[in-house]
Amino acid sequence: MGVVARVSGPVVVAEGLADAKMYDVVRVGDLGLVGEIIRLVGATATVQVYEDTTGLRPGDKVENTGQALSVELGPGLLTSIYDGVQRPLEILQANLGDFIARGFVAAPLNETKGWEFTATAAAGSEVGPGALLGTVPETPLILHRILVPPGVKGTLSALKSGTFTIRDPIGLVQTAQGPVPLFLSHKWVVRIPRPVREKLPPTIPLITGQRVIDTFFPVAKGGTAAIPGPFGSGKTVTQQQLAKWSDADVVVYVGCGERGNEMTEVLATFPNLQDPKSKRPLMERTILIANTSNMPVAAREASVYTGITIAEYYRDMGYDVALMADSTSRWAEAMREISGRLEEMPGEEGYPAYLGRRIAEFYERSGRVVTLSPEKRLGSITVVGAVSPPGGDFSEPVSQNTLRVTRVFWALDAQLASRRHFPSINWLQSYSLYAADLEPWYRTEIAPEWMGLRQRAVEILQEESELQEIVQLVGVDALPERQKAVLDVSRMLREDYLQQSAYDDVDTYTSIQKQYRMLRAILGFGEREQAAIARGATVQEIQKLPVRQKLSRMKWIPEAGLAGAFDDLETEMEAAVAAAGRGA
Amino acid sequence: MPAAKKAAKPAPPEDPVPVDYRTIDRVTGPLLFVREVEKAAYGEMVEIALSSGERRQGQVLDSRRGLAIVQVFGPTMGMSVDRTSVKFLGRVATLPVSDEMLGRVFNGLGEPRDGGPPIVSDQELDIVGNAMNPYSREEPSEFIQTGLSNIDVMNTLVRGQKLPIFSGAGLPHNQLAAQIVRQARLRNSNESFAVIFAAMGITSEEANFFLKEFESTGALERTVVFLNLSSDPSAERIITPRMALTTAEFLAYERDMHILVVLTDMTNYCEALREVAAAREEVPGRRGYPGYMYTDLATLYERAGKIHGRKGSITQLPILTMPADDITHPIPDLTGYITEGQIVASRELQRRGVYPPIDVLVSLSRLMNQGIGPGRTREDHRGVADQLFASYATGKDQRALSAIVGEEALSAVDRIYLHIAERFENEFVKQRPDEDRTIDRSLEIAWEILSELPESELKRIKPEFLQKYYRPKTGAPASGP
Repeated sequence: MGVVARVSGPVVVAEGLADAKMYDVVRVGDLGLVGEIIRLVGATATVQVYEDTTGLRPGDKVENTGQALSVELGPGLLTSIYDGVQRPLEILQANLGDFIARGFVAAPLNETKGWEFTATAAAGSEVGPGALLGTVPETPLILHRILVPPGVKGTLSALKSGTFTIRDPIGLVQTAQGPVPLFLSHKWVVRIPRPVREKLPPTIPLITGQRVIDTFFPVAKGGTAAIPGPFGSGKTVTQQQLAKWSDADVVVYVGCGERGNEMTEVLATFPNLQDPKSKRPLMERTILIANTSNMPVAAREASVYTGITIAEYYRDMGYDVALMADSTSRWAEAMREISGRLEEMPGEEGYPAYLGRRIAEFYERSGRVVTLSPEKRLGSITVVGAVSPPGGDFSEPVSQNTLRVTRVFWALDAQLASRRHFPSINWLQSYSLYAADLEPWYRTEIAPEWMGLRQRAVEILQEESELQEIVQLVGVDALPERQKAVLDVSRMLREDYLQQSAYDDVDTYTSIQKQYRMLRAILGFGEREQAAIARGATVQEIQKLPVRQKLSRMKWIPEAGLAGAFDDLETEMEAAVAAAGRGA
Repeated sequence: MPAAKKAAKPAPPEDPVPVDYRTIDRVTGPLLFVREVEKAAYGEMVEIALSSGERRQGQVLDSRRGLAIVQVFGPTMGMSVDRTSVKFLGRVATLPVSDEMLGRVFNGLGEPRDGGPPIVSDQELDIVGNAMNPYSREEPSEFIQTGLSNIDVMNTLVRGQKLPIFSGAGLPHNQLAAQIVRQARLRNSNESFAVIFAAMGITSEEANFFLKEFESTGALERTVVFLNLSSDPSAERIITPRMALTTAEFLAYERDMHILVVLTDMTNYCEALREVAAAREEVPGRRGYPGYMYTDLATLYERAGKIHGRKGSITQLPILTMPADDITHPIPDLTGYITEGQIVASRELQRRGVYPPIDVLVSLSRLMNQGIGPGRTREDHRGVADQLFASYATGKDQRALSAIVGEEALSAVDRIYLHIAERFENEFVKQRPDEDRTIDRSLEIAWEILSELPESELKRIKPEFLQKYYRPKTGAPASGP
């Protein structure tokens, strides 16, 4: 038992803590505020406290739990909403009311709920970490696979099916160190990555239903992406769109130091949204971690680790998990604040010198992996991190350290946002280093010509930006018809393809097949337009064709009966443009 | 819930007799370093007695064995190291709250400034308060009609939102804020807001403007004013908004009132924060502001909102002046990352004689979608707003272009855009300081302007609404065969 020697904001110095270890969780004061040891000098420990420290005074007691900060992993995680240290906000509300009081401990998982467990492993068999013991139907969308926890290896001496709570033993493993009981849940230290057998190169895209992402800047399952952008450029909407529509099995959404009303919006909308494939509420595959900006800063620091550990747990079951962290800048700022209180020597812009290492370690927990299981089981974690650079200046330390380790860069552009071009992902600045890795998938799953179409579209947009410079000087009328036609097609690409409304019921999600048909239609129109111009037609004449307006409304073609509608559209377009420049 | 808040705060172990410490070691800026203090609580309130007999308040910022660092609310002038005594009060900063506060004027520390009696109440609330559980929040969705077209149509305000005004020196943000306060109400309802006005470091002239404004519209009896003028101590400014928001929470969540909180000027607040941080010799972040400024501002702004099952709401309208009109300055920047959008004043429009000079392109309301549409405003609202944004942006591009190549070099459609940008500024944005437009009137003006464009250009609006509202003038370019 130690005592408080100093209190300064979220940082508390405790004396007399013999046998303390780094990152041990301690309880501070009469309220038992939860904290974590982040520095040790002899028996004096510096503690970051996850709750408001107002009222603490020197001499108050400090108790060491001897345990590192952990999360509890088991059935019941899905559909939950937690704070940064895995306290269920629903339970907090039921016990404390609408404002979060301090010192309250809540079990992360429901301890009394019975789960239907079906054993699949046979008693008497040899089991090791990751071996499948059986399953629990956690939600109608996700079958929760109960695995042997990492570090446990031996003979399975007992295992039974039945209804169990997470506190009931379901079986026993005889290990070299003695018998180890098995439960539906186990604990894991958040700052230690869960082990895997092997990491694999990414080969499958995470389909998000967002045209500019899937077509131009795809992220692979198991990949990493960064979305930096100034405020108001649409980071959060983009993150939420990915959480809603990406074809991951499980989504972990970490609201790290962001707005309370945004989490409310997620809570209000997700239960009413349907997964496009299964038609089940999206909430059934989602876990929310909400540590809003006004909640304690140290818990914000922990929230991304809590999120990624839960993601790893589902990955180990063989699922494709997507983790959205909004915003990693707030996490970095939490580090900076704690570091400042520790009076550490600052690095760039006051951030601690270990900022880059921490960011890299975090993103390194992503990946497509072979799990520890005896049979070959594949799972993945895709990490999408929002970055909020001060003043929208990407040269600041958090953006730069993030770009060094992520392979997709979606650059949000305030200029585009201010003219309500959403998603405001700048197509000239953004990049995806996965495009080549994913090419075989697109070739076989979508169409052999896919990469060619994509390349053509990129070229047109590039040419447009060059032509715009000329237009700025001489006006559009000075351009030859051929180049005006390029501007015409690029405008269609921008307005009818890249722009996508998150608030429109149909436009919010575009399947990859529809994306292919839309892109093919626009580029096909462009080619025919060029041909017609070569025959003497003018751009103005072609712009007036009624089919041109139909192309603008392609985004509203429903997914059902997609192929027929597009076939008709292409036939009509061919006939109409072919007629232009002939009879006139 | 404030009651729960109180219950959760432990009663700090009361010393039998609060000891007077006469062990001040150092006074720097607004800080006192008191030695030989063994058990000061973090955040504890202190009373400082000067040799002249005068008393001031302060709060513990850092507490360790043998040293407490105290932030003084008020000037440190006249404080001596050896003849000033400090008493630790054993409680955190609280504010007595009651219905009697309406119609009153307080100073930045919550003491009467209007000559009236002090507020006596058995309910004293902790002014810092606990964070609202995100799970308890209700999604703000009730449209507030401000009577200003460019807010109502383009950057809609909803109940429970925090929407700051980013302004600059010499721009009419006070006039604009006063107009919003005066006109804000729910559509088809006369229920008005109670206003909590917190002034931090503004001039007495500005303060008088607001007080007169509240008085002349009869709003004063539904207003609580907390005044910290520029001549008042800067450290007090750190407390002022918390006093205001604590009052707002009491009135909203315990008295079912709809509260509009005006905080002005947040720039002065942040400067006070920087002053205290510098006096503590903290590691500075950008431009000398403390690294925790984001978190600190969030604890203010996040106190806006609505709670499930409670009738009241808190809507925030913070005002800040951007130093040198720089929106990337840390104060507007961090604010923009926390608030649900921003209303940005533009010097260019001001020069063109457009009031209110709001630059709609950089302004934003993040909660707009929840507050508009059928049943709230009108079915075509979203499309009209998007179309206006896009058309005005194009028009402004054409304006820049025509300055170089001349208007003749523009295509026919581009010339229409040029004209639309003009009309948008002069007919839609511009209105009189006493002009209160209904949302229907604002949308009507919007359609009048948009109807100049051929139908093929109106891509943001769904066909069924074009059918219903689009009335092209004769002579407008044909919309294609």
